[in-house]
Amino acid sequence: MMGAYLFKRTLSLIITLIVASIVIFIMIEVVPGDPAAFMMGLSDNTEAANAVRTELGLDASAWQRYFTWIFGMTSGDFGISYTYRIPVSELIGQRLLVSVPLTLYSLILSTMIAIPVGIIAASRRGSFVDTVLMGLAQVGVAVPNFWFAIILVLFFSTSLGWFSAGGFLGWDAGFFQGLKALTLPAISLALPQAAILSRIMRSSILDVMDEDYIRTARAKGLSKNQALIDHGLRNAMIPVLTILGLQFSFLLAGGIIIESIFSLPGLGRLVFQSIAQRDLIVVKSIVTLLVFAVVMITFFVDMCYALVDPRLREGAQK
Amino acid sequence: MIRLIIIILSVIFYPNLLSAQNKITIGLQMEPPNLDPTAGAASDIDEVVYGNIFEGLVRIDQYGKIQSGLALSWDISKDGRSYVFHLAEGVKFHDGTDFDAYDVKFSFNRARAKNSTNAKKYIFKPIVMIDVFDSFTIMITLDHARSDFLFNIGLGDAVIVGEESAANNVYNPVGTGPFKFKRWIRGERIELIANDQYWGGAVWLERVTFKFITDPLSAYTAMMAGDIDAFPNYPAPENLFLFEIDPTFDVIVGLTAGETILSTNNKSAPFDNILVRRAMAYAINRQEIIDGAMFGNAVPIGSHFAPDHPYYVDLTALYTQNLTKARALLKEAGYEQGFTASLKLPPPIYARRTGELIAYQLAKIGIDLKIENMEWAQWIDQVLRHKNYDLTIVSHVEPMDIVIYANPNYYFGYDNKDFQKIIDDIDHSNDKAQTEKLYQEAQRKIADDAVNGYLFQLGKYGVWKKNLMGMWRNYPIRANVLRDVYFAEAQ
Repeated sequence: MMGAYLFKRTLSLIITLIVASIVIFIMIEVVPGDPAAFMMGLSDNTEAANAVRTELGLDASAWQRYFTWIFGMTSGDFGISYTYRIPVSELIGQRLLVSVPLTLYSLILSTMIAIPVGIIAASRRGSFVDTVLMGLAQVGVAVPNFWFAIILVLFFSTSLGWFSAGGFLGWDAGFFQGLKALTLPAISLALPQAAILSRIMRSSILDVMDEDYIRTARAKGLSKNQALIDHGLRNAMIPVLTILGLQFSFLLAGGIIIESIFSLPGLGRLVFQSIAQRDLIVVKSIVTLLVFAVVMITFFVDMCYALVDPRLREGAQK
Repeated sequence: MIRLIIIILSVIFYPNLLSAQNKITIGLQMEPPNLDPTAGAASDIDEVVYGNIFEGLVRIDQYGKIQSGLALSWDISKDGRSYVFHLAEGVKFHDGTDFDAYDVKFSFNRARAKNSTNAKKYIFKPIVMIDVFDSFTIMITLDHARSDFLFNIGLGDAVIVGEESAANNVYNPVGTGPFKFKRWIRGERIELIANDQYWGGAVWLERVTFKFITDPLSAYTAMMAGDIDAFPNYPAPENLFLFEIDPTFDVIVGLTAGETILSTNNKSAPFDNILVRRAMAYAINRQEIIDGAMFGNAVPIGSHFAPDHPYYVDLTALYTQNLTKARALLKEAGYEQGFTASLKLPPPIYARRTGELIAYQLAKIGIDLKIENMEWAQWIDQVLRHKNYDLTIVSHVEPMDIVIYANPNYYFGYDNKDFQKIIDDIDHSNDKAQTEKLYQEAQRKIADDAVNGYLFQLGKYGVWKKNLMGMWRNYPIRANVLRDVYFAEAQ
């Protein structure tokens, strides 16, 4: 039965991807601006621009280009970047080595802050501690993360000199060097996410605590905290997981401002730059990849629901 | 134990403490798309590779003067048509192959081939014949004397590449220069190392890193945090004072070859009327624009020519702001009530700021400008290619590019037989004094016709550590030649 479920999910994944690829391709086709002309800049040289167009394969028909792109992609060949002239897969691969660790790093940080904060605030609802924590969370949501990032840089890099103000040397410079370079950006990205997450965590626990099964557990003699930990937490995690999944897909390419401030070679900046330079083959591939990632993450989060909630698991097996 | 922790921490946080200063990190705002200066027009490529990785037969120095390069000397025939170049011997490309006259022939033939993507093919158009006399002597014959040929082959578009390596130069550049390409972390940095085999002698710097920092504020924090030793062209003139008050930095405001102009579509009404264009010239207050848009750090221009060039004529007094005259001219042209037009602005901050001020100044004589902000690709498509515009603001950064006014199909739409004759004469000129006279005539002609609004020469805002010596003050061409750059202590 699980097999049928997986089959259905996979089928919908493929259909989503095909539809997305067509939409993406068409949208990019209608955008004005020609990559070859962009490369020639202000120079007065149509002959060289035409040579570039031929070299990039831009003089083929739209259909031809669509199918070359799609069939190439299914066999792992994403094409050659118009601007950098290296394989798109290599380019994206390098960026993912920055963006995925950065996203995970900031999500781990935000979860590590949000879950305890949410639990403490919920278990002392209405107390002074709750007010202070939720007040801080309010500030965390309100503070723009790029402003916070600049403050971090001015303090830790310019004044204290503990971190470099930006840049990323790659993981071959050593794991800890890499981690260090990602620390300030991860904190900047984590702050607003942690604030949102802790508010969700708190309200989700409060909802759960009003449920009948918690009352039953309390009636059986469990303390409030025991009931929360043994019976409440798992259920309270479901909305939190949903938000985490959304945050992951958002952060993967949405960290562009933070990437700019820290001069990180991440995915967000690559998309932005490729759009500006009309490196359309890179834009197409990244957007498709992101659609794929979002679908996969949703799938993964669904699986996690099943893990924390046995009823969903049984439902899937029926 | 505590001491050990301190040592470990300082090694982690200040790795530079352990080595002498023979490496440099240079900040650039724009990353080059690739590293082959002979393919594509991006001056960002030259900023990394020119004079560092690649060299030409001649080179252009920081004053815009021609110096010997891979050609140690040259003889020009009396009629100015033939150049015999005497090449340096014992020069090796970074891949170990030898440099000789056949590489020169190969490079020039590649650049002028039919499928060449060289943005400045016009440099090679006049070449009629390339004769290799021996391995180190080559003669190039032109269709007729060309006053600008020697300068042009000093540009990044005419550097000498190796036959074995040319195809891969886009990502693995192999030249003859003092630095070799090491690696490129795309979106972050490019690293070069000294070329021990360099034919021109040893260089001071051992390692060079170009770091790409798009955001002006991040450029500031990176300088202050000591991540960057030099920003040859700092992206935010409004922040320069922050470095001026800091004793560890030098701030050098120089010139670029970028004439910032209010480009005007001379083919579309009402700008096809010289009276309208002159009225606009009288409405513009350059100093106000320089103060407001560039924080005082720019030099006003009156025509399309670099103020530091020996042939420059100062024509800024030809039109100075005079609103009465401007209104009278508009009335004479039949636009007493003024008119509405569009002003399409590309992304650079100088263009956006200048655009606001131009709109404000022209409003005073009844010209109502609708500002449209565009991204580069859109601007190139609409304005440059399809000439679908009234007015725009852009900096023309190519050196000696007054010749573009001779092309009636260029986006200015300026089609003037007298001007085209002047440029043709310059082309054929074989006499320095005459060339100078003609260039000055050309400057006067377009200023008088008020083809475009001539605003200011874009500055080069150099910020670097005080002990760093030998950085270029000006950008006659976009290049950061590091051959003679050193840190004072390392001496």
